[in-house]
Amino acid sequence: MYKVKVFVTLRESVLDPQGKAVTQSLNSLNYQEVTDVRIGKYMELTIEKSARDIDEVINEICTKLLANPVIEDYRYEVEECVVQ
Amino acid sequence: MKFAVIVFPGSNCDVDMYHAIQDELGEEVEYVWHDTESLEGFDGILLPGGFSYGDYLRTGAIAHFSKVMKEVVKAAEAGKPVLGVCNGFQILLEAGLLPGAMRRNESLSFICKPVELKIENNQTMFTAEYKQSETITIPVAHGEGNYYCDEETLEKLKAGSQIVFTYQQNPNGSLADIAGITNEKGNVLGMMPHPERAVDELLGSADGLKLFQSIVKTWREAHVVNA
Amino acid sequence: MLSTLEPNAEQIKHEKIYQQMGLSDEEFAMVEKILGRTPNYTETGLFSVMWSEHCSYKTSKPVLKRFPTTGERVLQGPGEGAGIVDIGDGQAVVFKIESHNHPSAIEPYQGAATGVGGIIRDVFSMGARPIAMLNSLRFGELDQARTRYLFKEVVAGIAGYGNCIGIPTVGGEVQFDPSYEGNPLVNAMCVGLIDHKDIKKGQAHGLGNTVMYVGAKTGRDGIHGATFASEELTEASDEKRPAVQVGDPFMEKLLLEACLELIQSDALVGIQDMGAAGLASSSSEMASKAGMGIEMNLDLVPQRETGMTAYEMMLSESQERMLIVVKKGREQEIKDLFAKYDLEAVEIGKVTDDKQFRLFHKGEVVADIPVDALAEDAPVYHKPSKEPAYFAEFQAMENDAPQVDDLKETLLQLLSQPTIASKEWVYEQYDYMVRTNTVVAPGSDAAVTRIRGTRKALAMTTDCNSRYVYLDPETGGKIAVAEAARNIICSGAEPLAITDNLNFGNPEKPEVFWQIEKAADGISEACRVLETPVIGGNVSLYNETSGTAIYPTPVIGMVGLVTDLNHITTQHFKNSGDLIYLIGETKSEFGGSELQKLTYGRIFGKAPELDMDLEKERQEQILAAIRTGIVQSAHDLSEGGLGVALAECLFGSETLGAEISITGNSVSALFSETQSRFLLTVKKEHQAEFERLAAAKLIGEVNHSGVLTVTDESQTVIAAPVGELKAAWRGAIPCLLKSRD
Repeated sequence: MYKVKVFVTLRESVLDPQGKAVTQSLNSLNYQEVTDVRIGKYMELTIEKSARDIDEVINEICTKLLANPVIEDYRYEVEECVVQ
Repeated sequence: MKFAVIVFPGSNCDVDMYHAIQDELGEEVEYVWHDTESLEGFDGILLPGGFSYGDYLRTGAIAHFSKVMKEVVKAAEAGKPVLGVCNGFQILLEAGLLPGAMRRNESLSFICKPVELKIENNQTMFTAEYKQSETITIPVAHGEGNYYCDEETLEKLKAGSQIVFTYQQNPNGSLADIAGITNEKGNVLGMMPHPERAVDELLGSADGLKLFQSIVKTWREAHVVNA
Repeated sequence: MLSTLEPNAEQIKHEKIYQQMGLSDEEFAMVEKILGRTPNYTETGLFSVMWSEHCSYKTSKPVLKRFPTTGERVLQGPGEGAGIVDIGDGQAVVFKIESHNHPSAIEPYQGAATGVGGIIRDVFSMGARPIAMLNSLRFGELDQARTRYLFKEVVAGIAGYGNCIGIPTVGGEVQFDPSYEGNPLVNAMCVGLIDHKDIKKGQAHGLGNTVMYVGAKTGRDGIHGATFASEELTEASDEKRPAVQVGDPFMEKLLLEACLELIQSDALVGIQDMGAAGLASSSSEMASKAGMGIEMNLDLVPQRETGMTAYEMMLSESQERMLIVVKKGREQEIKDLFAKYDLEAVEIGKVTDDKQFRLFHKGEVVADIPVDALAEDAPVYHKPSKEPAYFAEFQAMENDAPQVDDLKETLLQLLSQPTIASKEWVYEQYDYMVRTNTVVAPGSDAAVTRIRGTRKALAMTTDCNSRYVYLDPETGGKIAVAEAARNIICSGAEPLAITDNLNFGNPEKPEVFWQIEKAADGISEACRVLETPVIGGNVSLYNETSGTAIYPTPVIGMVGLVTDLNHITTQHFKNSGDLIYLIGETKSEFGGSELQKLTYGRIFGKAPELDMDLEKERQEQILAAIRTGIVQSAHDLSEGGLGVALAECLFGSETLGAEISITGNSVSALFSETQSRFLLTVKKEHQAEFERLAAAKLIGEVNHSGVLTVTDESQTVIAAPVGELKAAWRGAIPCLLKSRD
């Protein structure tokens, strides 16, 4: 069994209006040191072991559905856990 | 001419589209449920607005895996007119039938109001009844209509005259004021404004009716020749 | 496994655990007497929610009895999910208003969103297709950061839910006053359309029929929400956060479409929303109303979390759930119907004939209670009532006009008051057009929605000027109803009926209870005269923060019938050359007015007077005139008086202006808030005809100048470019929201 953490964010070249609004808000709260905020999605997947390579499966899932490659990038972390 | 209005779980402008075609345009129309496996017998395909699958994950992302979408792709390849409005546009983008993607509105708020659009290209099957560069008023109602594509794609859209509608006053931050685009072949149109909401003066504007009339006219011309 | 160790009956009694659950000592003793034993934990929980003010109206019942609730057109009065009024041709309109004040104070986005979801379910559980939403909102002043946050999030929450489910939000009102600072009001109203033959009730008839559960799974959310709504907000309320539920409008859209299909099935016996107090209230009320009993096996309830107890399942307020009763043997077709919408319908119990409410969990009986004791027999309290000291003081005051130096400047300031200013920032976030029936969009007197396939339309509005109600609850209550009716009339419709949302402070305070009684008396009188019965509503008490009550705010939701689309009228002036008429004489009345608030920063004195018979007469005249087709525009005079009304009438065009002459004290003429006044325009050629129909005073003419000019004895007192007035009016709220964040 795998626990997979997927992070989806807007690509660097794409304006993130939510992130921009939060940056401004933090600045107005006097956190001038905050220069940028990027907002994304965090997803936790539980995936059972199969004959296929886990990285291959995750990359497929991400490009097919979880992220839209036109505007989004993704990265992920895999943790193997023992079934209780 | 017979139209299909595709209904996904969470579509909510399906009824409006249906009535626009039946009551105002006076053509045949049927609702088609998302798990339908054939679109045979339909001459035009309409993807209505709404919040398919709640727009959870990303707008249109889940709907594009519906069974019926394979048929929509086939219809598009066969050259049939395919119109996606609002959520329908978002689904066409996710399905890759049109280039680019949608971001949240620049204001981060949902926005509902009539807006002025400029006809950038009246040489399409969707705009033939409009005058080139004329201004029409059609409502928008969306939270994610901020169109984006990379520079190369934008150049291609421009070169191919695929940008059909632009906003006179950009309401959502959309790239190059884009409100609606077609595919290269010109038979798939995606647009954020709702032409089906502008078919009756009683509700404020009938400027959207010509879009549907253009589809019918183009179709009739082609089929009279073939007949 | 997660499991809660529940106290036993002994502990509940001796450690007085029932008190934390909201039952008083006397109430607990009543429960023991009803059962002939001490209740267990689940049973105590059931009584505590079912006997809460939110579910039982134990405090407000004696007051609610005063309302007129019947009429020729009323098909369903108070007592079901929503009231129903006949509109001819076998059609009827269904509507109700409901509050979600306390959840919205804690978590404004979800609080408002689930409020919208709840009222929509009330309407479609009657078998009606929801066709429009309205909402009535109250916040503190926008100069407070917390208020701006609440305002933005509440509006976003309403938009998020309503837009997704695809029901247009067509109208409502937003007002700002410091009395709502810690306790905003979020009242949502839903209007639905139904054919008489489709009307369904929440009743569990038929021995042996099957009880089914449909919609979202049950989680631990919102447990004790109903009792939470019946307590004052304190600083510790933030810690009660889990009481707020999260809405899923997508699930509700599926549920809505599935239930409307279900309504057409003759297998359906009864249907009710699981709203406040969830499964407990829906099941016990359905059985009690039908004179039956009910048995449920909680092991069968779809659960989102593991290890849920009977208490948790019964009290959960998870959203987007419905309870239905279907004919025995027809379960499979019901399951198939819901499966089409990716929803599960599950059998969880059956109707019995012993009038007991019996629950099983893990093989044991966990509750066995006479069902009427839960649903019907909550104690009723006649709370003491006392006239507050301020009332006599206010009544003794003179109604002098405040000193004004510059009339134009004052008009500009009034137009920038958030309560008067344009609410475009709000309603542009609502999809007010979906379903393509909205003929009059937000921003005119009432919203108007056509009924497709007919010449008919429905006009709808919500109203309440709580400042008047505070100064004089009885008069203020009357004004709220009268103003709602004015809005309906000015749109070209005939008022049908009202739904009311009584938002008040802590009723255990005699002064607050006095406000409730007096306001109810005023509402009742106005409803009798205007022939608009109360067909349902909601009571929200304990709207206080740190001991200070909100202004008494009985919000009136009214629906009217437009008999022909040609009658639809809006407030905006239409053509240059049209004659402008004022109906109703003007007195010097400034108690609770916008000008008083602007001048002194507070309100005091007498509320404006209201003569209901005169009101009724004028409304009838105006509607008759509108129906002849000669009225170009109609607008009622409300906050800010004639000056503000004139400006609003001009905001529909880029080029029109008006030349107006006033007489007497110019401050009173322009800004007094005397009731029962209207502003109408007619074409010159219809002057004689109009003057025969209505007792009206010609005060000016619409022109092309783009300027509002007011003259007093041939001296110009205001010459204001409409563009300047409009900029102040449109810019006020966005400016207040932007300047500080």
